[in-house]
Amino acid sequence: MLNLIVCIKQVPIVSELPWDSKTGTLRRELAEGMVNPSCKHALEAAIRLSDQHNGKITVFSMGPPMAEEALYEAMAMGANRGVLLTDKRMAGADTYITSLILARAIKKKCPDFDLVLCGDQTSDSETAQVGPQLAEELGIPGVTNVEKLDLSTHTLCLERQTDDFLEILEMDLPGLVTISPHYYVPRHVSLGGVQQAFDYPNVDILGTDDLELDPGLVALKHSPTKIIRVYSPATEKENIVLKGAVKRIVNELFDRFGDRIGGAMGKDLKTHDHP
Amino acid sequence: MKTLNRDIWVFGDYRNYFQNRVTLQLLARAGELAPKTGGSICAIVFGHDIGEYVSEYIAHGAEKVYVVDHPQLKQYSIEAYTGLMERLIKAHRPEILLIGATCFGKEYAPKVAKRLKTGLTADCIDLDINKDGLMIQTSPSFGGNLIAEILTPNNRPQIATVRAGTFQEISHNADAKGEVISMPIPDDLPMERVRLIRSERLPKKGRKIEDTSVVICGGRGMGSKQKFKKIFELAHLMDGEVGVTRPVVHAGWSGPNTLVGQAGRQISPKILISFGISGAIQHTAAIDDADFIIAVNKNPNATMMKLADVAVVADANQACLAIIKEIKKKIQL
Ligand SMILES: Cc1cc2nc3c(=O)[nH]c(=O)nc-3n(C[C@H](O)[C@H](O)[C@H](O)COP(=O)(O)OP(=O)(O)OC[C@H]3O[C@@H](n4cnc5c(N)ncnc54)[C@H](O)[C@@H]3O)c2cc1C
Ligand SMILES: Nc1ncnc2c1ncn2[C@@H]1O[C@H](COP(=O)(O)O)[C@@H](O)[C@H]1O
Repeated sequence: MLNLIVCIKQVPIVSELPWDSKTGTLRRELAEGMVNPSCKHALEAAIRLSDQHNGKITVFSMGPPMAEEALYEAMAMGANRGVLLTDKRMAGADTYITSLILARAIKKKCPDFDLVLCGDQTSDSETAQVGPQLAEELGIPGVTNVEKLDLSTHTLCLERQTDDFLEILEMDLPGLVTISPHYYVPRHVSLGGVQQAFDYPNVDILGTDDLELDPGLVALKHSPTKIIRVYSPATEKENIVLKGAVKRIVNELFDRFGDRIGGAMGKDLKTHDHP
Repeated sequence: MKTLNRDIWVFGDYRNYFQNRVTLQLLARAGELAPKTGGSICAIVFGHDIGEYVSEYIAHGAEKVYVVDHPQLKQYSIEAYTGLMERLIKAHRPEILLIGATCFGKEYAPKVAKRLKTGLTADCIDLDINKDGLMIQTSPSFGGNLIAEILTPNNRPQIATVRAGTFQEISHNADAKGEVISMPIPDDLPMERVRLIRSERLPKKGRKIEDTSVVICGGRGMGSKQKFKKIFELAHLMDGEVGVTRPVVHAGWSGPNTLVGQAGRQISPKILISFGISGAIQHTAAIDDADFIIAVNKNPNATMMKLADVAVVADANQACLAIIKEIKKKIQL
């Protein structure tokens, strides 16, 4: 039986980000969550593999307690069980610590896995780093941006487009792939399906202690990277406003920014301006 | 890991033109940072028959080049390259490692950082050195709605990936001198668990809106299909590409492959000129990498106007026409 793991993250819905207009920061605690889009593609790929090879799928998610919803949505799509990793001490983890915690949970709850599937990146942090770092942490091979998967006995055949190349690769199992959102379009889940998943809960909830992580582990403190400042780019712009007669505005535009415009076009626009 | 020196390393990614360009751009930035760290600018090159890249990196500012040249490395191989970089860094312990955010670099950097138990920041839009000598890594998140400044204070090296086009390469200097340090391939590299079966160069696609330095975006405020043609004319004149909002696609003024936004393309031009666009988040989430934004809207309070470097309060058609005229005039001069 094929033993599959999918890592999914709950992310805020981007169009409904609640902003603190004074500080220009996101009020995450108020944001509505959804399953990160490319994680759904990874889950779809897992479901198809599982259907072909009589597999089972465990979904892992690390996040605040409300991320449990994401696991139910995954089960409504076709996953068999969920594991939620939630603990105040996990908050503020960078990709180094996130992949460490996910790896620890996988080794504990699902050590006999054949393949881990991740999304290629998340819409909130957009690093695309957790997948490859999780592979390293688990000591298994990993391939990113996979478009199509094909499984024969002990090797997985992969197709992807990378830089300027189309590559066909073979990977030993157990292994990890991150799925790019092209080929595996996620199936639709009805609200009723999610409701049903809620009615038959099959989610384990684990904290830092259950994972036998170093009891002193505090993600924010132990992450190698530290965020020292966050700002909204819009508030940093000078935002010059030009108004009046169109012809005058356009003249002023080229007087002041002709160099920039010409530079982008690869042409010299300004020097001949006022002879 | 403690560092032995203040050197800045740049991974030599040369497999195609753009990969090589981002390497040259990173060497240029390393050259600006090195006086502040007090180290040398180094390039790291793995492969076979790679002499031309070694000399190119020297001509573009590398003072030292570490080279492993071996037939076994003829093709990019993630596992061998990760093992090599891990060993080299453990032996030489540089302060900083910069990697181009190509598909390969984005797969490679996280693995290298994890092996070395250090931090990594993705897709930096700026890099600098603060007064304590640490690298400030500026990186967008939430589709660029937020910008974060990140440090790796305690672990080494400090690693960052950077997309092509973020920094400017310096011009080729054939007289530049650099030290080339060749190393043998270690005989204990582990077996490859990922094997390349086949690799084809993809047919050259036309230039994509993602790669161009000028994008002209038009929205519903352009008014009609007929008037919208001016957007295409301006883009053509400026050797750029056209981007549009969803209502424009729905109205049939332009094709779906020109849609910019959450449901469409992500752009990062040097200049974006936006005409008659309100600035809904589904659209603006994809334009935050634009270096310089000029927005034209008759409503000065439109969100798009607030996001712009220059907000032009005017009729979109008239402004577009006037800009076309002005550029024609200036090109003919
Ligand atoms: C799930 C989802 C996904 C979406 N994905 C995308 C996406 O990928 N890309 C996208 O673009 N949209 C997307 N949308 C739609 C998006 O929400 C906006 O509706 C759209 O971007 C608005 O386009 P617009 O600015 O051209 O039109 P409008 O919002 O109608 O704005 C027109 C603007 O033109 C100005 N104007 C009008 N007349 C003139 C004039 N004569 N001169 C100057 N200015 C004038 C007005 O002041 C106004 O600001 C999505 C929506 C949803 C719900
Ligand atoms: N907190 C998390 N819980 C579970 N999976 C995650 C988490 N963060 C990232 N991932 C996985 O890693 C992928 C890449 O995320 P990122 O590196 O944040 O862009 C996601 O698509 C998920 O599959």
